[in-house]
Amino acid sequence: MAEGELRRTPFFDLHRAAGAKMVPFSGWEMPVQYEGILAEHRCVRSAAGLFDVSHMGRVEVHGRDAVAFVNVLTTNDVERLEPGQAQYSAMCDARGGIVDDLLVYRRPDRILLVPNAGNRAKDLDWMVAHRAGFDVDIRDVSEETALLALQGPRAPDVLARLTSLPLDEIGYYRFRVGEVCGCEMVVSRTGYTGEDGFELWFPASEAARVWTALIDAGREFRIKPCGLGARDTLRLEMGYCLYGHEIDETTSVLEAGLGWITRFTKSRFIGKEALLAQKAAGLTRRLIGFRLRERGFPRQGYAILHDGQPVGTVASGTVSPSLDVGIGTGYVPVELAKPGTDLEIDVRGKRVPTDVVKLPFYTGGSGR
Amino acid sequence: MLIPDDLRYTTEHEWVRLDGDIATVGITDYAQEQLGDIVFVELPAAGTPVESMRIFGAVEAVKTVADLFSPVTGAVIAVNEQLEAHPEYVNTDPYETGWMIKIRVTTASEFDGLLTAQAYQKLIGA
Repeated sequence: MAEGELRRTPFFDLHRAAGAKMVPFSGWEMPVQYEGILAEHRCVRSAAGLFDVSHMGRVEVHGRDAVAFVNVLTTNDVERLEPGQAQYSAMCDARGGIVDDLLVYRRPDRILLVPNAGNRAKDLDWMVAHRAGFDVDIRDVSEETALLALQGPRAPDVLARLTSLPLDEIGYYRFRVGEVCGCEMVVSRTGYTGEDGFELWFPASEAARVWTALIDAGREFRIKPCGLGARDTLRLEMGYCLYGHEIDETTSVLEAGLGWITRFTKSRFIGKEALLAQKAAGLTRRLIGFRLRERGFPRQGYAILHDGQPVGTVASGTVSPSLDVGIGTGYVPVELAKPGTDLEIDVRGKRVPTDVVKLPFYTGGSGR
Repeated sequence: MLIPDDLRYTTEHEWVRLDGDIATVGITDYAQEQLGDIVFVELPAAGTPVESMRIFGAVEAVKTVADLFSPVTGAVIAVNEQLEAHPEYVNTDPYETGWMIKIRVTTASEFDGLLTAQAYQKLIGA
């Protein structure tokens, strides 16, 4: 592939046929919207949306030491997973900075990982660099597989039309392997929207057939294909981190509010010592959610002010389509991170009064 | 892509309709499509002076924000208050219900310097 050339997922032609506006994202040519971000956002909150998330990586770790290896690489505790269970986790470097955030799935014979699109190559290098002493076989299966996210309160109704899997028995952050429209796939009750739904992992060769079957089965439930634009506003309403915005190698899991996926009870993981030291010394800054008290559109990079002085910058911001108010995230000194704290956002020269609020912003979702 | 023949256009994707010395201004169909869903339109109050190709307001869309440039010099005599509650009119009907401001024009000759529909079409490569 030529330098600078954008990659395409196996759904590319379907996106174009559906009228998608395609944009570059992390080296991929992806649909940012079809009908419109707001319509797609509302459709996921009220009915169902289908997202192509095949730009994200898919990595399998095989071998006798797969669990032990991934347990050293990641902050959450893989030992706590039963086969058929998944967890949100992070890979940290020795300083406690975040190499990537990812999903970890445990199957009886292997671990599955879903890293971010833009971090896939870096993550693989990182994994290979730390595999010494472990009996593992790391396989990047991103190219030969496809990943779709079916999200929304009607997602189970849509999927039930195409599978005999007992969907009621697949709890949140659990998965099964089974047939959907005659194609064997990983059916995982996970997502990035705050709604009920599934992520589907299957052979790339079946991409067009599965996409079309889901759209056809979803028609009676008013499904829409949804782009990265709605994916971003949906995840931000939930306060979910996005790599490159809320988290990167300069932020720690503790500062990012990801202490809940950091298991210090584990004997060892990369970054543990640095994070313990950070915890002992006390954090100096924290990721907050903020909500504007007046009209305004906070955007990434805008200054966060306290008493007129800059105290941070906006990591992600939008006008929440569900709440119709400006919301966002950013790092501020820890003494200003308490919900209720009075801040301002500099919105194009206008200081808009803002409150620190608890995450998530949106609490009406069908997800558990 | 709608580019009405009877309007003039700026290189910044505003349209203007001149009726006597009153210019009605909005953004083009092309502009609204490029911006995507519009959530706020920041407009000046009536009485505000505006100058040719100077910023008079802004359009906030979900993905981006764009400045609005006045095609002509004059004073704002009316703003489309409906856009306060219905910014989406700019998306759905940019040349009619999505109009933004009306300007009493002081220098009518500026109008002749604006792009014709044909020239604007060429500019956007439509």
